[in-house]
Amino acid sequence: MTTQQSPSFEVLSSPEETTISLSGTWTTLHLDSVERPFLNSMLNAAHSIVLNLTNVTKLDTNGAWIIEQYKRQAKTKGKSCSVTGAEEKDKILLTTVEKRTEEKTKEKRDPFIISLFYDTGRCFIDQLKISINIVGFLGEVVTTLVRSIFNPKRFRLTALFYHLEHVGIRGIPIIALLSFLIGMVLAYMGAQQLQKFGAQVFVIQLVQISVLRELGILLTAIVIAGRSGSAFTAQIGAMISNEEIYAMKTSGLNPVDTLVIPRVLALLIMLPILGFIADIMGLLGGALMVWQTLDISLHGFVVRLHQTLNIWDFYVGMVKAPFFAIIIATIGCFQGLQVTGSAESVGRLTTTSVIESIFAVIVIDAGFAIFFATIGI
Amino acid sequence: MNDVILSLENVRTQFGKNIIHDGVNLELRRGEILGVIGGSGSGKSVLLRTILGLNRHTAGSIKIFGKEYHTLTVEEKHSVEQRWGVLFQDGALYSSLTVLENVDVALREYTKISDQTRREIALLKIFMAGLPIESSTLMPSELSGGMRKRASLARALAMDPEILLLDEPTAGLDPITAGAFDDLLKTLQHALGFTVFLVTHDLDTLNTICDRVAVLAEKRIYATGTVEELSKNPYPWIQDYFNGPRGRSANSAKCGEK
Repeated sequence: MTTQQSPSFEVLSSPEETTISLSGTWTTLHLDSVERPFLNSMLNAAHSIVLNLTNVTKLDTNGAWIIEQYKRQAKTKGKSCSVTGAEEKDKILLTTVEKRTEEKTKEKRDPFIISLFYDTGRCFIDQLKISINIVGFLGEVVTTLVRSIFNPKRFRLTALFYHLEHVGIRGIPIIALLSFLIGMVLAYMGAQQLQKFGAQVFVIQLVQISVLRELGILLTAIVIAGRSGSAFTAQIGAMISNEEIYAMKTSGLNPVDTLVIPRVLALLIMLPILGFIADIMGLLGGALMVWQTLDISLHGFVVRLHQTLNIWDFYVGMVKAPFFAIIIATIGCFQGLQVTGSAESVGRLTTTSVIESIFAVIVIDAGFAIFFATIGI
Repeated sequence: MNDVILSLENVRTQFGKNIIHDGVNLELRRGEILGVIGGSGSGKSVLLRTILGLNRHTAGSIKIFGKEYHTLTVEEKHSVEQRWGVLFQDGALYSSLTVLENVDVALREYTKISDQTRREIALLKIFMAGLPIESSTLMPSELSGGMRKRASLARALAMDPEILLLDEPTAGLDPITAGAFDDLLKTLQHALGFTVFLVTHDLDTLNTICDRVAVLAEKRIYATGTVEELSKNPYPWIQDYFNGPRGRSANSAKCGEK
């Protein structure tokens, strides 16, 4: 490469005319040192300005634009400005950039307080619309589900088994491990606290009630929301940006039938099973920790469990599973169907889907807690 | 000054056991517009990506500005990246940025030009690429296919690169816009003297702006030459390409102009 000579300019002023000689390479990477002073030099210039480009060794469009801007600013100040000494190819550049029009509209900003009210209102309305749409979608899913029970031929068995495997079987290790650890932590913390009152033996009841009633199923639902709910959104969202959904619709396939129902059904079948596994693993973790810290053998744990276990603790946990399953699958699929083209919206809606389904799971869980407390189970 | 900007010597690309290119030889001289053609699936886009260092070739050497890209340090790579402009097939605009911000990315990263001027330059590039200035605040998802292509061209031109690598820039554009695109490329090329590596299927583009055409066939550059030279080449695919019905009409239109 030839040595790059940084751009510079020299001002020769007389009362009638200012001549500015430009020299060096006026290209993108070298413009930063010169653009401000060059444009500012116009303010002190005489009424008639001549830009001499004879010594410019290299010019690109960005350099040419700076010169064009200079000319325009001179014009708005009522000064005349001409260019001399440009090489043939530089002239082409200058005429190319000359054609650029000015922006018609400048961005207008509302005052902060107005945009605050505006944003708050719009956010509220948007959320309201989404909530209404989700309820509508839930209705559509349930009716389609019921219809497909009476019309089993429309059932997508392959898709169902695919999702059973991916949602269920592949989710077992992580859910088993997490609930095992939670069971252990619960027993350990409980033992430490209850030992102070000499009530260690109630640790078993603590583990049993909290794991069976709440933690087993809640943990499963939250993991599944993060693991499968997000996957549903991303899969369906990617299909939308790929226009697959439109291809389906035009060939008479209903996306709710083909995409949503297998997923909802897979979760409906698998969530109780995973919840049961979580219950067992939680109890096992508790039992091992009780054995370790309180020296109550596994046999002792099971005997005690039999004495104190109210089978309704187990049912209370399990009965929540189908509700969690439907809400997670519905929100996951719904958000997937909201994707609009861009890759960015897939990411954003996946996050929304996980947050909304975890939120919904916890709200439903709280509702059930109040309900069971009221009816006295 | 070194006149060969890009040179490929015996380049081989393969994915697993699937050999895409074997023995690709090509030289690109400063200031020329080279069109690369080849059947669907002949690996034109792969060749472009290999030149850009996005896939590694398994044998041979690719020199851009006289250097092997993948042997360079990070800083040296940056300096090469400032000197090339790339347009991908579907635009590849950053979907979370507006059109203006998309064009501005490289300027912001590599130069210290003031915000106001950078914005002006980005608007200039958007205008030069044939987009209305008002579209600068739109997101890529709000653009039509043709507009996305032009926004992507504006981004490729942002730094006034020495070499432009374009992957089917006129595909999906209407003939008028495609013609305007060709004119723009030719004008800029004339003024700035940059080099263009152009993967295309557009016979009109080949006829009107390409100095030389390279044919990618049988896993290598089978032939290079002007359109006229190639149309005399006996290789069946080339014959079908230039002397088939579409080739003939594009060619006769050109002769009619003269």
